Amino acid sequence: MAVKNKKLNLKDKYQYLTRDMAWEPTYQKMEDIYPDERFEGIKIVDWSQWEDPFRLTMDAYWKYQAEKEKKLYAIFDAFAQNNGHQNISDARYVNALKLFLSGVSPLEHAAFQGYAKVGRQFSGAGARVACQMQAIDELRHSQTQQHAMSHYNKHFNGLHDAPHMHDRVWFLSVPKSFFDDARTAGPFEFLTAISFSFEYVLTNLLFVPFMSGAAYNGDMATVTFGFSAQSDEARHMTLGLEVIKFILEQHEDNVPIVQRWIDKWFWRGFRLLSLVSMMMDYMLPNKVMSWAEAWEVYYEQNGGALFKDLERYGIRPPKYQDVANDAKHHLSHQLWTTFYQYSQATNFHTWIPEKQEMDWMSEKYPESFDKYYRPRYEYLAKEAAAGHRFYNNTLPQLCQVCQVPTLFTEMGAPTKLSHRQVVHEGERYHFCSEACCEIFEHEPEKYVQAWLPVHQIYQGNCEGADVETVVQKYYHINIGEDNFEYLGSPDHKHWMTIKGQKPADDNQDAA
Amino acid sequence: MSIEIKTTSVEPIRQTYSHIARRFGEKPATRYQEASYDLEAKTNFHYRPQWDANYELNDERRTAIRMEDWYAVSDPRQFYYGAYVGNRAKMQEQAETSYGFCDKRNLLTRLPEETQKLLLRLMVPLRHVELGANMNNSKIAGEATATTVSQMHIYQAMDRLGIGQYLSRIALMIDGSTGTALDESKGYWMDDELWQPMRKLVEDSLVVQDWFELTLLQNILMDGLMFPLVYHKMDEWLESQGAEDVSMLTEFMRDWYKDTLRWTNAMMKAVAGESDANVAQLQQWVDHWEPQVYSALKPLAEASVGVEALDEARAELSTRLKKVGLQSRGVSA
Repeated sequence: MAVKNKKLNLKDKYQYLTRDMAWEPTYQKMEDIYPDERFEGIKIVDWSQWEDPFRLTMDAYWKYQAEKEKKLYAIFDAFAQNNGHQNISDARYVNALKLFLSGVSPLEHAAFQGYAKVGRQFSGAGARVACQMQAIDELRHSQTQQHAMSHYNKHFNGLHDAPHMHDRVWFLSVPKSFFDDARTAGPFEFLTAISFSFEYVLTNLLFVPFMSGAAYNGDMATVTFGFSAQSDEARHMTLGLEVIKFILEQHEDNVPIVQRWIDKWFWRGFRLLSLVSMMMDYMLPNKVMSWAEAWEVYYEQNGGALFKDLERYGIRPPKYQDVANDAKHHLSHQLWTTFYQYSQATNFHTWIPEKQEMDWMSEKYPESFDKYYRPRYEYLAKEAAAGHRFYNNTLPQLCQVCQVPTLFTEMGAPTKLSHRQVVHEGERYHFCSEACCEIFEHEPEKYVQAWLPVHQIYQGNCEGADVETVVQKYYHINIGEDNFEYLGSPDHKHWMTIKGQKPADDNQDAA
Repeated sequence: MSIEIKTTSVEPIRQTYSHIARRFGEKPATRYQEASYDLEAKTNFHYRPQWDANYELNDERRTAIRMEDWYAVSDPRQFYYGAYVGNRAKMQEQAETSYGFCDKRNLLTRLPEETQKLLLRLMVPLRHVELGANMNNSKIAGEATATTVSQMHIYQAMDRLGIGQYLSRIALMIDGSTGTALDESKGYWMDDELWQPMRKLVEDSLVVQDWFELTLLQNILMDGLMFPLVYHKMDEWLESQGAEDVSMLTEFMRDWYKDTLRWTNAMMKAVAGESDANVAQLQQWVDHWEPQVYSALKPLAEASVGVEALDEARAELSTRLKKVGLQSRGVSA
């Protein structure tokens, strides 16, 4: 066969190596092979317009990924062999890892399952292949995180039963319901939720706090994972942007549907990230930047530029972004003061920030910290010193949608609790905000199904009627080890021993 | 003499995660164990899927096969992601050497036109079968519950994409990277009588709902006849047609198939060993699909190595099935 035709360019060659393997079926109907592609109302006129967000054939994928894994596991081995956990800034840092392993790692696994599913649902083979690559990447992240934290689990409490806790513990229903929401949606909403709103718009607000947090606090295992995952994440981000542009370019009727999804998933993501905000400001002994600064850079600036770019498709910025922007001054403080009260029911410890940390917050939050939050900590510290370390023994009211306790305040009124309620088919539902209420009202049949941990405890579905039984038996939180105040905890004492210091409460005993 | 480095030993407070210790005891765990067991969400799902409200997310009832514990199915290769990509990277390195060699020496472009046509008609269309296998395995990875099961299927899905790409490269070598040979080959897949039963079978597999039925059909029955037929028996036949160099380009597929036999056999053993009800269900699916797979491959065998070769492959498959208490009805005795 003589070479008469032009050699394929890279783009066309990649198409021959991916989507050209697909064909128009004639023995089965398209709608039977791809039954989930239409019910969301998204109109795809021509899948051939899909631009491959990256061009990676499997041979190259195996090769690059294997090289990355080899380097990563060499570090894990060295870290364990040399007891790298002894070199972190302070044992309080490990609480960030507890939150990560029980709150985020299970989402990586859910993402694996979700992308494998959409990697079959689309009739466009180019999109399917890109989703499948993300599926196997997400599996990678879920597994390498288990391995990165395996050594910490051997030396600290609270990391030992993360997947079990993810399915049950009250505050972990925040991340779990977020991903359940995306996975139970159709394939286009899933991608708008996870690929675009989360991976593209908000990912730095997850990645920077945890991975830079690891770097700043001497956690070699986690930061090496972070570096190793970076090129995967870059691929996932390009997929996120391609998805949104593709859907919007296909048909003008898609614009309002996508706009509503962006409004919803921006807000869902923002509420999920509130857990990260407290981790960033309070759990990192060596601070990277404040939540407010991170929000300004990664959302207000980057997000602002992105939505300017999407204007030409008729897309406007997420509806409630002003509320989120205003909340940056308060979010982490409101969360931490709440979790401080509920440490008896979490797999991580809480504490009152030290003086220089409070000064750092005064500097980073000039408008809010000294006025609203420092006095609370001073009061709580006084109570703790007097032997009344405060724990709240009533269970919090959770928002029906985001499942965070209804602890947030109104925009521009930081002492006014934000609360909405709606009666739907004779039942009253409670919300933390206008935005969550609106999400509910659009799809009440979905959100009435929510497994609200507090309701479930009161209904007797959690192996006990009192908090202690639920925490121990149902959550598998080891009482006195995983939970309560950091000062005087086994982790704290253990750390003091590592550092050759006498544990604080032993000093107290001596005095 | 050996040099002794003194290190401080630090007593751990526990050996592994609690969910791993509950299965394997309080002792140091392997990387495979920590990466594979009890990671997925199991209970307290918040919402029903809008694409299938009959089931919950991660619902074990999505297949008719019942297992007390799906983690009874595990991977004898102990592949977690890192081990998997490490293994495949080595395999692709070897393949790359062969493809590079073939390309450099013009081993395919030197072949007589009728031999090239033979490859484009009888072998390269299998890239479409590979894409079907890729889709099916991605579906299974998205629906299977235990991570030990779902991860094997996502590896399988990506492997099939890779094999499809290797097959495509054979055509790209023939047409000098213009795509014309791939277009020609796709024409056979779409219109040549020879391929229509196979194309119908692949399209039929794409509407199979039960994921375990699908893994049986795809990874055991279809592959169980197709890989021995194409990459062993047809490979020998191609040699007799003067296309022995092609053998270098399908070494990956032979190695790969040998590798997958380990987990597919282990999976069948665990699932069939669980209960008589499982065996009965599997037998019903085997009765339904195995003859169709045989018929779908028959024209390909007839046009190449001969139908006896397909019968031999069928006998091999029958022996495999017999080991787990299943009968291939097409084979007497």
